[in-house]
Amino acid sequence: MRSDGFFSHMVNFVESGEFCEKNYTLTPSEKAVIDTNTPENRWLTSVQHSEKPVGVRLMDWFKRRGFEVFNNLYRVASVFICMTLIAVMLSVVSFLPTFGDDGNPAVNEVEERYVSKSIEETGTTNAVAGMISAYRGFDTLGEAHVLFVAACSVIVLLRVDPSERRRGHLINPDMIGEDLDFEPNTDLILRKAAKLLVPLAFILGLYVILNGTSSPGGGFSGGALIGAGLILCSVAFGFKRTERFFGDEMYHLIKTVCLAAYALMMAYFIFMGANGFDDHVWLGIPGGIISGGLILPINIAVGLEVACTMYCFYALFRKGGL
Amino acid sequence: MELVQNFPFICIVFSLTCGVFCAVLKGNAAKRLCLCWLTLTTLMSFAVLIYTLKNDGYYIYRMGKWNAPWGNEIRVGVLEALVATAFSGVMLLSLLGGMHHIFTDCEPEKTNLYFTMCSLLMSSLFALIYTNDLFTAYVFVEINTIASCALVMLKSSARTLVATTRYLIMSLLGSGLFLLGIVILYGITGELLMESIADKVREIFATGEYSLPLTVIIGLFSVGLAVKSALFPFHSWLPDAHGSATASSSAILSGLVLKGYIIVLIKIFYRVLGLEVIVAKQVSQFLFLFGILAMIFGSVGALRERDLKRMLAYSSVAQVGYIYVGIGLHSRLGMIAACVQILAHAITKPMLFIAAGGFMDVSGGQKSMSAITGAGRRDPLGGIAFTVGALSMIGIPFFAGFVTKLELTQGALESGNVTMTIAIIAIAVSTLLNALYYVPIIFNLFSKREQDEYKGLRVRYRVDYAVATVVFIALNIGFGAFSEYVVGAVRRGLELFGM
Repeated sequence: MRSDGFFSHMVNFVESGEFCEKNYTLTPSEKAVIDTNTPENRWLTSVQHSEKPVGVRLMDWFKRRGFEVFNNLYRVASVFICMTLIAVMLSVVSFLPTFGDDGNPAVNEVEERYVSKSIEETGTTNAVAGMISAYRGFDTLGEAHVLFVAACSVIVLLRVDPSERRRGHLINPDMIGEDLDFEPNTDLILRKAAKLLVPLAFILGLYVILNGTSSPGGGFSGGALIGAGLILCSVAFGFKRTERFFGDEMYHLIKTVCLAAYALMMAYFIFMGANGFDDHVWLGIPGGIISGGLILPINIAVGLEVACTMYCFYALFRKGGL
Repeated sequence: MELVQNFPFICIVFSLTCGVFCAVLKGNAAKRLCLCWLTLTTLMSFAVLIYTLKNDGYYIYRMGKWNAPWGNEIRVGVLEALVATAFSGVMLLSLLGGMHHIFTDCEPEKTNLYFTMCSLLMSSLFALIYTNDLFTAYVFVEINTIASCALVMLKSSARTLVATTRYLIMSLLGSGLFLLGIVILYGITGELLMESIADKVREIFATGEYSLPLTVIIGLFSVGLAVKSALFPFHSWLPDAHGSATASSSAILSGLVLKGYIIVLIKIFYRVLGLEVIVAKQVSQFLFLFGILAMIFGSVGALRERDLKRMLAYSSVAQVGYIYVGIGLHSRLGMIAACVQILAHAITKPMLFIAAGGFMDVSGGQKSMSAITGAGRRDPLGGIAFTVGALSMIGIPFFAGFVTKLELTQGALESGNVTMTIAIIAIAVSTLLNALYYVPIIFNLFSKREQDEYKGLRVRYRVDYAVATVVFIALNIGFGAFSEYVVGAVRRGLELFGM
């Protein structure tokens, strides 16, 4: 039977080969059918067929063709459902209030306060930073931990124990020499370009993080820049030279310190705010680098965490470890 | 503001930090940290429960300097505190009961990450229980999704990887639909705080505009969260994921994770969209119908399984059906039944999974019906725990499951004629089916026809497993015996919900 497609592979796996007929061996009765399938012997086939009860023939047909039919029906149905969903969603969008309109329900007291009072209340000229790190700081704390849990899941899935790699316990021994440890660090053009670009990426990343309170940017975007710089660095100069300053221990150290510091700062901020105490944080001068009170350290912590996560994804997919 | 009122926030934020620290510790140290922290959160949640019961009310906790529409806030009432205490305690007991399996099933280098995932999962469950803001709910739904997939994946085998892939795809589909629902709801109301949305939705519903978007929103929320909580037509991922994971993961996933999403759904239905909109849009009939189908087909699926853990997983599908039937009755008694079922199933199903893990220990790691023959004689404590859990699932009086069935029947009797007939017939059929697959297992467990290789084998109890099973048994019988207090607390909590 033809059994292509992701779904059928999965089902075959889960059903542990019950329907998988790649190595299907013919039963004696079926062999007889095939042997007699010549023009002069065709009458024999029909007799043999009619000898079987209807139920058995139906089951036979289902075993041979049913799965294929189901597979095709499944595709048709999935396309149909997707088209219906698209149509419904498009019609819903046509009913929604106009974006940016004065009468849009989103233009309310919440947005007004964010725009008009964020300088005074959070000390940032970048209202977005004030909104995500101060007004709704709790959500952003959760969001940073979404990245953390994603990185941990990738570690669970892809990390290869270094001692195991040396002992060669990998499922596919070819991978050791060819993929995981292969370092294309001979490319002169790449190295020259990286020498120029890596420092630039780091500096730009730092700039975006530090100015997150006064200009567009902040921890998430600046961290992505630094992470990209790290990835470029390891592509151009090889893992060994990157590991000299950024290895497993460094990754865990930065990540733990940043996230713990972030959570502690948020906890302090929330605790003081909720209990009505003054939190004694100097808001700084709006527009300068040191402004926004806790937002600057939070941006730094988030930035380093994002950079670590980006590089962690790359390194794990590339060599199964940091 | 009293110190106790800070406990829910401490539980959420420091569970995150506990997870971060577990990721850098060695396996045993991470285990100790995680267990200590879970004990602490259980005690703190219990203190909050006592506080809310004593004050007979709820309080709003402001997360930061700014009041709600501008900042975040959480809402702590009797129902929330009760569910949080139960979930935290069950998480602790599930970890204890399956501790031995965690250390044998996970790769030694990655054992600490198991406790990371558990801490983060606990944090997200706390946040889902307490949240008063839809976007906060979404952020923590994301953490919940990834962490629960990782809990399945941590036992590394081909089967768990395929199960995780299916689980991840279905779960992300659910998250996506849920997010679309939030986006459209924000589009027509401009609010994220539950009370503000409720006010705006009431206005919109009264004027009659945005009728189609409102219907689509309800559909998106219902389908999205139903996929994630494995309501009947969307349950296909569940038996693989729950059946192939390590014992603690199965216990946590079926006992707690499914319920976290249902709590969000209840909050959305009753605190965001409001009962009249739900009734007018006819959505509860669908939930009722699919709940009934889940009760029947989940049990039929369980009846056909020859693998103990997969059978328990199918039984979860049926039990989730009870919750949705309770919600679908859209009456107060129905909601009480749904909430009681959330609690009863949360303390019963983990016990069954932990006991199943114990049987695998004395049956050479196998979980087929033939291998576990007589396992109750080899592991008497697990046998008793399984018997108690199975009787509770069937609905024998003095066990937790009976309370649910009683409340659900009362709720059904109160509702209209057709609904009443269908619900009562379904409860009867489902009880019969439950008995049909649980009773033979109990006999099988204590049968003398053991396979020769396991004959005379006696388990040497580890302290954590023994403690977990004994406490689970006590909890279940206590729940059944003192059910009026639990039902009373749930009723009070739902009144505070504004129902």
